[in-house]
Amino acid sequence: MIDVASTAEHSWEALLIAVAETGDRDAFSRLFAHFAPRVKSYLLRHGSSPSQAEDIAQETLALLWRKAGLFDPDKASASTWLFRIARNQMIDRIRRRQRPELDPNDPLLAPDPEPAPDKQASKHEDITAVRSALAQLPEKQREVIMLSFFEEYPHPAIAEKLQLPIGTVKSRIRLALARLDSLLDRNAHGES
Amino acid sequence: MEPRHHLPDDLLLAYAAGSLSEGWSLAVASHLTYCPTCRQRDAALEAIGTAALEEMPPSPMDPHAFEACMARAENFEEEQPAKLSMSATTPAPLRHYLGCDLDAVKWSPLGGGIRQHLIETGDETRARLLYIPPGEDVPQHTHQGLELTLVLAGSFADGDEEFHAGDIEVADETVDHTPISGPNGPCICLAVTNAPLVFRSWLPRMIQRFAKI
Repeated sequence: MIDVASTAEHSWEALLIAVAETGDRDAFSRLFAHFAPRVKSYLLRHGSSPSQAEDIAQETLALLWRKAGLFDPDKASASTWLFRIARNQMIDRIRRRQRPELDPNDPLLAPDPEPAPDKQASKHEDITAVRSALAQLPEKQREVIMLSFFEEYPHPAIAEKLQLPIGTVKSRIRLALARLDSLLDRNAHGES
Repeated sequence: MEPRHHLPDDLLLAYAAGSLSEGWSLAVASHLTYCPTCRQRDAALEAIGTAALEEMPPSPMDPHAFEACMARAENFEEEQPAKLSMSATTPAPLRHYLGCDLDAVKWSPLGGGIRQHLIETGDETRARLLYIPPGEDVPQHTHQGLELTLVLAGSFADGDEEFHAGDIEVADETVDHTPISGPNGPCICLAVTNAPLVFRSWLPRMIQRFAKI
């Protein structure tokens, strides 16, 4: 029996691929057990009622099952794929607005540059590495990043919560992201 | 050519978080079409959002949630993706709003050869296309809020900086400027604002009353 809570990122990927390729209900039930309760919390944090959060969390996971065939492990991690579905459900159902997105088939789309030879291994962001870098951020920087995922732009609510001018919130976000970048770089080099 | 003027982190972060309203998101998505650098940044910021989701303390689901979810998954209507014809001149997110290519847009004159086309968004922003003939200046103005300007065709210069197709300029109340379109062909931009521009002289102020800039 796999301890679901500590399952590593690559296992989510394997489970999602099993869902895509063979409609594996057991694999899906493990994705559901881990992600549905977190998506529900994410939706509650965005101001939905408990019954709406339950409803949208079920819908999000149903979409994960339904869209599993479109998942491309070269382009995104399985959990980021799920994050996008949850975020777009939040925008659609809670914020009730449109989110213009680029179209991957757009002939105008500028191609991505060839990755540098030493970066071949990491085709997308490593969520475990991002989590550990986040944990190393000073508390005030971590707080403002986390709040950015739940409060509306241009952040008057964050400014009010933290009792800071909006300009200070903006500069703290910039500093926090720069710090996160250097932590991710340093941790990546420390490992190799 | 890859854009040289990019989106700042706070806007990209808001877009990745889903907290950016529709008008701004239209400018962001259109710029991302041109810009691999900002797309890579967007992916890195989505990874932070994913980490934030993973850090959420789990809330218990309904005891029958899994079966209910499977039943939904089985009963989804097959989505027919809207067939939108593509063009090599107009980013797809923008084309979706215009319903046509840039060269088929219906313009309204603003004076001085400058024309505009208003774009409906369901939020507090004002989005418009601007057509500025070659070598024409947009009268000197400052801002009460934020202005995003994405070049779609031609170019403009603002002080020492040049903006070409795909470049985005971010201006706020600290910027007082007189952008001038480049000499080679008209400059067409997508401009998104959330507050009226503040013009320095009376003629543009008068036009402004009619043009909702």
